[in-house]
Amino acid sequence: MASSIAVSTTINGDDIEFLCKADETLLDVLRDKLGLMGAKEGCGTGDCGACSTLMDGRVVCSCLVLGAEAQGAEIETVEGLAQGSELHPLQRKFIEHAALQCGICTPGFLMAAKALLQDNPNPNEEDIRFALAGNLCRCTGYDKIVRAVQAAAQEMRGASS
Amino acid sequence: MSFDASYQEKSLKSVGTRPLRPDGVDKVTGRARYGADFNMPGQLIAKVLRSPHAHAKIKSINTEKAEALKGVKAVVSASDLPDLTNGNSDLYDILDNCMARQKALYDGHAVAAVAAVDEATAREALKLIEVDYDVLAHVTDVDAAMAADAPILNDLVFTTGIEPTPTAPSNVTNRSEYGHGDIEAGFAAADEIVERSYKTGQTHQGYIEPHACVANCNPDGTADLWVCTQGHFVYRQNCADLLGLEVSKLRVTSSEIGGGFGGKTHVWTEPVALALSRKAGRPVKLIMSREEVFRASGPTSATSIDVKIGAKKDGTITAASAVLRYTCGPYAGMWAELGAMTSFACYDIENVKTIGFEVLVNRPKVAAYRAPSAPMAAFAVESAIDELADKLSLNALDMRIKNAASEGSKSSYGPVYGPIGIGPTLEASKAHAHMNAPLGENQGRGMACGFWFNFGGQTCTNININADGTATLAVGTVDVGGSRASLSLIAAEELGVNYSDIKAIIADTSSLGYNDMTDGSRGTFSSSMATVSAARNAIAVMKERAALMWDIPQEDVYWEDGHAKAAGSKYGNLAPLSVKEIAEASGNTGGPIAGHSELVADGAGVSFATHICDVEVDPEIGTTRILRYTVIQDAGKAVHPDYVEGQYQGGAAQGIGWALNEEYIYGEDGRLQNPGFLDYRIPVCSDLPMIDTQILEIPNPNHPYGVRGVGETSIVPPLAAVANAVSNAVGVRMSQVPMSPPRILEALLSKAQN
Repeated sequence: MASSIAVSTTINGDDIEFLCKADETLLDVLRDKLGLMGAKEGCGTGDCGACSTLMDGRVVCSCLVLGAEAQGAEIETVEGLAQGSELHPLQRKFIEHAALQCGICTPGFLMAAKALLQDNPNPNEEDIRFALAGNLCRCTGYDKIVRAVQAAAQEMRGASS
Repeated sequence: MSFDASYQEKSLKSVGTRPLRPDGVDKVTGRARYGADFNMPGQLIAKVLRSPHAHAKIKSINTEKAEALKGVKAVVSASDLPDLTNGNSDLYDILDNCMARQKALYDGHAVAAVAAVDEATAREALKLIEVDYDVLAHVTDVDAAMAADAPILNDLVFTTGIEPTPTAPSNVTNRSEYGHGDIEAGFAAADEIVERSYKTGQTHQGYIEPHACVANCNPDGTADLWVCTQGHFVYRQNCADLLGLEVSKLRVTSSEIGGGFGGKTHVWTEPVALALSRKAGRPVKLIMSREEVFRASGPTSATSIDVKIGAKKDGTITAASAVLRYTCGPYAGMWAELGAMTSFACYDIENVKTIGFEVLVNRPKVAAYRAPSAPMAAFAVESAIDELADKLSLNALDMRIKNAASEGSKSSYGPVYGPIGIGPTLEASKAHAHMNAPLGENQGRGMACGFWFNFGGQTCTNININADGTATLAVGTVDVGGSRASLSLIAAEELGVNYSDIKAIIADTSSLGYNDMTDGSRGTFSSSMATVSAARNAIAVMKERAALMWDIPQEDVYWEDGHAKAAGSKYGNLAPLSVKEIAEASGNTGGPIAGHSELVADGAGVSFATHICDVEVDPEIGTTRILRYTVIQDAGKAVHPDYVEGQYQGGAAQGIGWALNEEYIYGEDGRLQNPGFLDYRIPVCSDLPMIDTQILEIPNPNHPYGVRGVGETSIVPPLAAVANAVSNAVGVRMSQVPMSPPRILEALLSKAQN
């Protein structure tokens, strides 16, 4: 059995250290070692986006990132989205717009949408649809997800202007 | 429990509103716990060894080397799951599917399983298990499996439903027949007849959450199972039967469920996880990989269907028939029968006959998928109706309206309809702006109708009135798409309290009486009926308590607007008592207040929908883009309209995927070639437009609020609606789904050559 690698990283603003095997994914580390189970494994092959997290501000499928690659990086997961008991506008709008049914894909969508709105605060429908095309939802048909992201973007633009 | 017309008169305070769902915060913060999000102290990780062959005799399994590997705590194969099924063939099939006994019957069939200290060790151990197979000839295609020279999957299957019963074994397990009238006379009376054969690919429910469970068998005979399921009570029964456990000693808790669509109505690996736990003496966690989900859990049937419809010049259908062949996987099912029942259910036809053949093939066991079997039948029938309207130079929508079933029509599958929504959804389509919107080059519009029965079934519910006047609602159906919200609305309406005062939970199998599977669109229908009944029982208790508090006869107390009120002018000085006031006093008036209900929810109202679809086909590369999509469906009563719309949109999206992309692809070797989301492509966000919805409310006469199931019907019309749109766009009749680019290009080529 290969020896473990010591990793120092930042997760949701907190300094975190963990040991992982060389072949262990960031998703497995988050879920099994750090108890951050918001990221889900829907496929393990980077096709469904349920494990989407942000790494240095960029959306990654955490099932395709090795735990060791988190060394020195800034990782953001859905658990860090709310500020204390104050939900992020995306989280609120997803609930208000009924943008989730079973909810298994929701953490991944929230992280992908957060990355989109960081890059493009005023996306049109097509921008949203293509930015979220790496996240599979089997329940909603995406209609209410797109509307929730539109509503969150509008609110966030209002808040920042 | 019948429809209470007074509910239509009075304005409802909760039912029909759109409050925030109670599980929303958990799900947007990552706190909701799904199948894979639960762990137990000392748990082991299990992996399953699966057959690489489509059909093979298992000569021997040697697990010695795997057992000797450090960190391996248990290895099981069929011998560890002895046959306790006692002649119950359905149960035996479940057992055989969980762990192959004499033969592996499909690529992916489980043959052994390992529990080890971690996943890497479990995977290593799988490689050390030696299985000696005798590979047999296989068959995966439905028509090939019915041929006289087809390899036979099961020598003990003799087709039932045929007189006399055949003496030779067959892959056809059953023939079913439905209909009425004289179709030969009906076809003779027709001015025009369309006859065509159709095929549909095998699709997967495609829930994003793979099957996952944590099983724990204790040495004292008690056991626990945490699992994502659509029916924890049914899982409990199946697992107890297969493992020889006492039902009361096996407690099953349903996790949050990450999609099911019918695929989580069957046990797959759960009995294996329990067997491993029993052997290892430790808790066992078993999660299927996505590849395993595709190879070894519930796809829908692949089908081959012949349809013949005849009509008069004015569009009146004189006769209709269909022969439907549905794959079942390796075990008997009633999938073709459901297709035969639903085929012509939208129409009032004098002479109609449908025949269904259940066909065994070397593919995974078919599981229900959202209105199981109806979409394929509707694809064939609704395509043929469009073609017939074309031949008659009639508007296809008007022709459907002319033949639509209505109250009093004898359905093609037997029963006479009560008030139904097919006519109204068609009329609403005709009035919809979508129907007359302009189309451009390479664009086409299609429409189609769909039907689903909806189920009711055994249901048990508790309401506990807490000391502060809030109420806890415990239900035994699983929340697959927002039913805690809809059931809380019903409870709030009945009790006359605020929605926010209700806390709904899904109770485990030890906390509540038996509930049937959450299928057939029955979650809100059945559990709301039981919730109404439980709330009324709680109100009866509260009226007794109010009488005690006032010291007046019980018969002088009535209930209105969430308050106990004293009847008659002699009690004029008694202020009404709220739920809160009665609850606060309960410790002194007889103790806790609760309402219970156990019932069989009969009378699920049948459901109809009409869909309209615009597409644009790229004639160069054969791709299809959905430009616009409209769903019109009868909900009976939309309890929480947001989640009714969500069901309409989600079903449409799944149907669009089925129509255009999704299909199990088998190689010559009988192995599945696309067991992943990369190659089995479900619709993504950029594939779809907004999906417009229109909710009609034709009350179900068998539910106090008029509720009908809403979850499934929305997947029935899309295959045909998209096919009709594509056919109109390319000028060629498409008779096979999915209409993948190669198939569309082939159709365009054949058109050019002709």
